[in-house]
Amino acid sequence: MSDNEGPAAAPPPPPSSPPPPPRSRLAGGWRAVASPLAAVLAAFVVGGIVVVAIGDDPIETYKLLLGSALSWPDGIGYTLFYATPLIFTGLAVAVAFRCGLFNIGAEGQLYIAAFATAWTGITFAGLSPWLLAPLACLAAVGSGAAWGALPGVLKARFGAHEVITTIMLNFVAVAMASYLTQYHFRKEGDPILETVPIGAGAHVARLGHFLPGFPERIPLNLSFFAALAACVLVYAFLWRTRWGYEIRATGESPLAAQYGGISTGRQIVLAMAVSGGLAGMVAINEVMGYRYRYYDGFSTGYGFTGIAVALLGRNHPVGVVLSALLFGVLLRGGLFVEIFTEHVSKDLVLVLEAVIILFVAAEALFRGGGLGLPRGQKARPGTPGTTL
Amino acid sequence: MKLATLFLFSTIRLATPLLLAALGGLYSERAGVINIALEGLMLAGAFTAAVVTHAAHSPWAGLLAGIAAGIAIALVHALAAIRFKANQVVSGTAINLLFAGLPPLLSGALFRSAGATPQIPRGELLPLAPIVIAFLLVPLTWYVLYRTPFGLRLRAVGENPEAADTAGIAVARMRYVAVGLSGALAAVGGAYLSIGQSSLFTRNMTAGRGFIALAALIFGKWRPVETMLACLLFGFAEALSIQMQGVARLPVQFIQIIPYVLTIVVLAGFIGHSRAPSALGVPYQEKR
Repeated sequence: MSDNEGPAAAPPPPPSSPPPPPRSRLAGGWRAVASPLAAVLAAFVVGGIVVVAIGDDPIETYKLLLGSALSWPDGIGYTLFYATPLIFTGLAVAVAFRCGLFNIGAEGQLYIAAFATAWTGITFAGLSPWLLAPLACLAAVGSGAAWGALPGVLKARFGAHEVITTIMLNFVAVAMASYLTQYHFRKEGDPILETVPIGAGAHVARLGHFLPGFPERIPLNLSFFAALAACVLVYAFLWRTRWGYEIRATGESPLAAQYGGISTGRQIVLAMAVSGGLAGMVAINEVMGYRYRYYDGFSTGYGFTGIAVALLGRNHPVGVVLSALLFGVLLRGGLFVEIFTEHVSKDLVLVLEAVIILFVAAEALFRGGGLGLPRGQKARPGTPGTTL
Repeated sequence: MKLATLFLFSTIRLATPLLLAALGGLYSERAGVINIALEGLMLAGAFTAAVVTHAAHSPWAGLLAGIAAGIAIALVHALAAIRFKANQVVSGTAINLLFAGLPPLLSGALFRSAGATPQIPRGELLPLAPIVIAFLLVPLTWYVLYRTPFGLRLRAVGENPEAADTAGIAVARMRYVAVGLSGALAAVGGAYLSIGQSSLFTRNMTAGRGFIALAALIFGKWRPVETMLACLLFGFAEALSIQMQGVARLPVQFIQIIPYVLTIVVLAGFIGHSRAPSALGVPYQEKR
């Protein structure tokens, strides 16, 4: 990856997407944080109303949610474990967004990757860990990237809109992985739809293995650090390389990018491949670090939650980490809310997630005057004006 | 052939919820508003219909309540998309998520269940009316779309809102109506699942049918008759996969993916080309 060079690499805009009207950088930074915060607060208020409506105490419910998610070591351990796949999928969706693409297919990409990773771990189980673990990681990234590139090619070459093709490919991916598991890789007589275990060489160590006092039953593993590293790499890729610049230019204005000599078709395929590869890294956490096998239906919608994570994080790696942590808290706390409240189930988390997305999407709500109309027709940077 | 008749009926029965949702999507998308929220709208209709039928002991009350819920939720999507110019795919995704969560949350509180509503007695289920309605709606939609001023305006708003606006059509109002209609129809499709085909609501009972309906809409090139044929084809695929379960050697997964693969193939232009309404997904600011 080369540094910025050539005429295409004009001074890059500041990392936090600047709002359309010109403002000081500080004000822009504040605005970048203010409206996601407002969306989260609004979601908690709406969620609280729902909790009251079904007959529980919202304050107690939220206390329980946060308390169970932030206790040491179990709460924090599990929160970070749940945040790990969301960092990957959030980054995946964000990279695509930056190119003006809406990758709803992270779910399918991570399913394909999980199966490919398990397949690698099973087929080459005899290899030494020094070979097998990198090979399995490569399978995760490579297969996710390939499955992600497919809708990219369909769009760049044939004009098929990625929103529809990625939705459709999700179903295809899940069916394919389930077919392969059921008919070819299932342990005989196993009532659960899962593959045989992967070789021990493909295991990613849990944190309890290194950290004294941190119990090894908590599945938080080294993938969490891989996720953080992925954030740094994505940042460097998008804002410090020529390819990243071209991806962002394609996202901001495809016509201008084309006029400036950028092959937008190639950038679309590249962005989708990177996006799919990031989604595929979920397999490192799930297959290599947690279950040690492919397990049918393992994802609780990580790909879709990734959309919320990216939107709330304003498609920036730092924002993605912060919002993935928030959703990690919700996922962990949701389980306890389900057990320890009278009526509320963990489905509350889905409601909170949905309301957050809705408020982030209808951002104009929080803009000056509340009901004021947004200025002009220009799409907000980072969120493509999706046209089919 | 008795078996053939049964199979035909099974195809029609399975195509019905798809057709209702797809026709709903057709109104919304022909007016220029993307509706990937069909799945969530179906779930909203299915859940509300089941709860109200259980409480009121009347499937018709349930159906009406389901329709009302569908319209209300669709209008949230419309408000976000039209008034606040939100990205329509994003707000649709939010609604899908909302109705993955809200029904089990509420039924857990209402009925102390893990996401299901109580069983409704056989006598209180919807008769075959939704099937008849769905298939009558096809010629009706065709007529409305191509032979009435309302249909002309709807299409104009979806193809070229600037021109429609100049011609004095209230673009935003047309779009609200269209999205509301899509909520009503998708909800009927959902209600047919919970209080017609089945006798209760279960968690995520649509199981992706909203997305298959969307696929049918695209496969049917956003036209009513073609969309119906696509729904019948996908209904046939589902009937086939149910029939073949445990009987044939061919894995069901291969049949299940048919609708999705066909949609991709059509969208990529390998078999004929499917063109979306020009202004689909583009927010419009009225010039007044």
